[in-house]
Amino acid sequence: MTNVITVSGLSKSFGRTRALDGLNLQVRAGEVHGFLGPNGAGKSTTIRVLLGLLRADSGTVRLLGGDPWKDAVELHRRLAYVPGDVTLWPNLSGGEVIDLLGRLRGGLDPRRRAELIERFELDPRKKGRAYSKGNRQKVALVAALASDAELLLLDEPTSGLDPLMEAVFTDCVREVKEQGRTVLLSSHILAEVEKLCDRVSIIRDGRTVETGTLDELRHLTRTSITAELASPVNGLAGVHDLRVDGSRVSFQVDTDRLDEVLKHLSASGVRSLTSRPPTLEELFMRHYRDESLAGAR
Amino acid sequence: MTGSWALVRLILRRDRFILPLWVVVFGLLPITQTSAIAGLYTGEAELRRFAASMDANPAFTALYGHVLDWNAAALGLWRGGFTPVLVGLAVLLTVIRHTRAEEETGRRELLGSTVLSRHAGLTSALIVTTAASLVIGLIVLATFAAEYPVEGALAAGLGYAGTGIVFAAVGALAAQLTENAGGARGIAIAVLGGAYLLRGAGDTTDASWLSWLSPVAWPQRMRPFAGETWWPFALFVALAAALCCAAYLLAGRRDVAAGLLPPRLGPATAAPALAGPFALAWRLHRGSLLAWTLGFAVLGVVMGAAANAAMSAMAENKRLLDMLARLGGASAQSDMFVAAVLGIFGIAVSGYAVQAVLRMRAEETAQRAEPLLATPATRVAWTASHLVVAVLGPAAVLAVLGLSLGLTYGLGSGDVGTHLPRVLGASLAQLPAVWVLAAVATALFGVLPRLAAAAWGVLAAFLLFGQLGALLDLPEAVLDLSPFTHLPRLPGGDPEFTPYAVLTAIAAVLLAAGVYGFRRRDVAT
Repeated sequence: MTNVITVSGLSKSFGRTRALDGLNLQVRAGEVHGFLGPNGAGKSTTIRVLLGLLRADSGTVRLLGGDPWKDAVELHRRLAYVPGDVTLWPNLSGGEVIDLLGRLRGGLDPRRRAELIERFELDPRKKGRAYSKGNRQKVALVAALASDAELLLLDEPTSGLDPLMEAVFTDCVREVKEQGRTVLLSSHILAEVEKLCDRVSIIRDGRTVETGTLDELRHLTRTSITAELASPVNGLAGVHDLRVDGSRVSFQVDTDRLDEVLKHLSASGVRSLTSRPPTLEELFMRHYRDESLAGAR
Repeated sequence: MTGSWALVRLILRRDRFILPLWVVVFGLLPITQTSAIAGLYTGEAELRRFAASMDANPAFTALYGHVLDWNAAALGLWRGGFTPVLVGLAVLLTVIRHTRAEEETGRRELLGSTVLSRHAGLTSALIVTTAASLVIGLIVLATFAAEYPVEGALAAGLGYAGTGIVFAAVGALAAQLTENAGGARGIAIAVLGGAYLLRGAGDTTDASWLSWLSPVAWPQRMRPFAGETWWPFALFVALAAALCCAAYLLAGRRDVAAGLLPPRLGPATAAPALAGPFALAWRLHRGSLLAWTLGFAVLGVVMGAAANAAMSAMAENKRLLDMLARLGGASAQSDMFVAAVLGIFGIAVSGYAVQAVLRMRAEETAQRAEPLLATPATRVAWTASHLVVAVLGPAAVLAVLGLSLGLTYGLGSGDVGTHLPRVLGASLAQLPAVWVLAAVATALFGVLPRLAAAAWGVLAAFLLFGQLGALLDLPEAVLDLSPFTHLPRLPGGDPEFTPYAVLTAIAAVLLAAGVYGFRRRDVAT
């Protein structure tokens, strides 16, 4: 499978602030790639480098086979972008902005435009200054989704959307994926990423800390187990957050020790057992926790 | 009133550089001009002759009002007759910046959710601008009282303070009318411009009552250093109070962020023409370009009429005509007037050019350039789309100015065929200097984007060089920095080729540097 985006060792500083510090990112053709990180981790900066709006200090960046800084115009014919904070021209209507951006990208399908406006329940006649944040976001989303771009760069695209509109957005991205197009979706909303993404890169402080499919990442984390036992269990080694309440135990276990711990449990006679795979939430929290530990040090 | 003082501190914090700057500059301008005149014309005889020749010229009356007395202080205040207009401009912009502009951006909403009375925003903006007006008045009072009679100094100070207070109230009322700050600014500036034109009309015609309708004329109606009259100050107070009452009444009846004039819906689809960066730039610039063009068309008519009045007044005054004949004749005199007017207007049009260029920076920092530059539109095309307006827009404004001024002037003197092409040419001859200003702004935008707004400082410096350079005896090397210094004085002067070619070349180089710089730098995030 070919890579649509290949970033390695990307660094970018603004004055003394180091926004990106050796970031790596690989996005394969046809996948929806989740780009996760807390606020200020460098997600938007990375996307702006990919758009050729910012120039990389060091590292290599390839986008659709080109150099995003040098070949910006050629590459922009093939991608569509939704900024994280959409600002519109106060005296242009939403419909005008959608058409303008579409025409700049080389035209958009009027049927798809009308359908998307309908699905997102957007009033295209309102002027830019009259839209709420969510509606401004919808204007940019309609413009991007109505295009034929083979790559969509979406920077926290659902911020400001209500849950109903989020569902519409999720459907739209799935359709885009079915058409074989590639999506880079930056977000800090984990449920959204879990629902949509094939692979995920987690970044923190301008560096990639994890990357892989959701399944691969789950291997790195712990499974939650609650069990009702016939007799008290002794010496549960290598488990975390152990809580014993009479015959009930609950704990978390590292995936590579799961087998060993289950054997230990069955020795005590298991009456009931529930196990829950790790959510991305827990994965994410672990990275946050590491960060706060690192900060405390 | 709750929270007003906290907001006053916020305003002072946000404007901590610009506010003291204009307060001090406007406060010191009158005494500077007075000292300059006192230095140039020594003794009663010279001052009397200067006063008589100035008052005999209705063109100067149109620009600055009547000369009230021959003493240096009265003449200095007369010569600075335009400064109260600048004070009015500064206060009304300040009021709108801290009221309507805050509401438009939604910051008012954030503050409004705290312990703050409904009117705290308006009140705090009025407190700051009223205080600033009073400080300007105090500076005028103190600087004049040191050398001249204190009664006159007090009348002069009250005149400046009064103008500031009235136009702060004008700004407060305009801020209630529209949802967007730009519209409010337009309304308030139109009122200020109308007041200035009304004063000019009243002072140069028989309908002198017209001037009484204009707050811009009231400082002179207090007759500082010319037998002071105090009661016109009551006019300032009464008008400001009435305008403020209206503003508070409207503010109390409307929703936060709503205007009195309702917003309209736009088209659901874009017109076929709105299809590229150039179409968008035209859409963004057309309103202000139209306003500038119309404004200068009106100014051209007014100044053309003033030049005509000057001609006929001089024709009646035999002794003055003889004196002028020795200086090159009456037509040379009115040419000088037209040239002086065009010189000032050229700098004003540069203001338009700088604003058009800096629109790019505003688009960039508001993140509105980003989605465009993420399309196949190139950076050069995007920059060029704004620069076309900044380069050709001033040409359109100056052409319309030249046409209206030349036509009025030509019709009055009965010789359109001669005067129209001369005046039109002279007006367009300002362009190379205007382009240099546009190019300075572009270069700053491309190379030192954070300092882009410094283009306004450059423009202000050139304006000061032109207006005060000779009076302040600035060294020639400094005056030569201004492109306007190098323009031949037209009509009447010798239209040399070299300065135009050199200025255009400088502008071209700076423009290219700006575009090149922007191609290579990061887009602001």
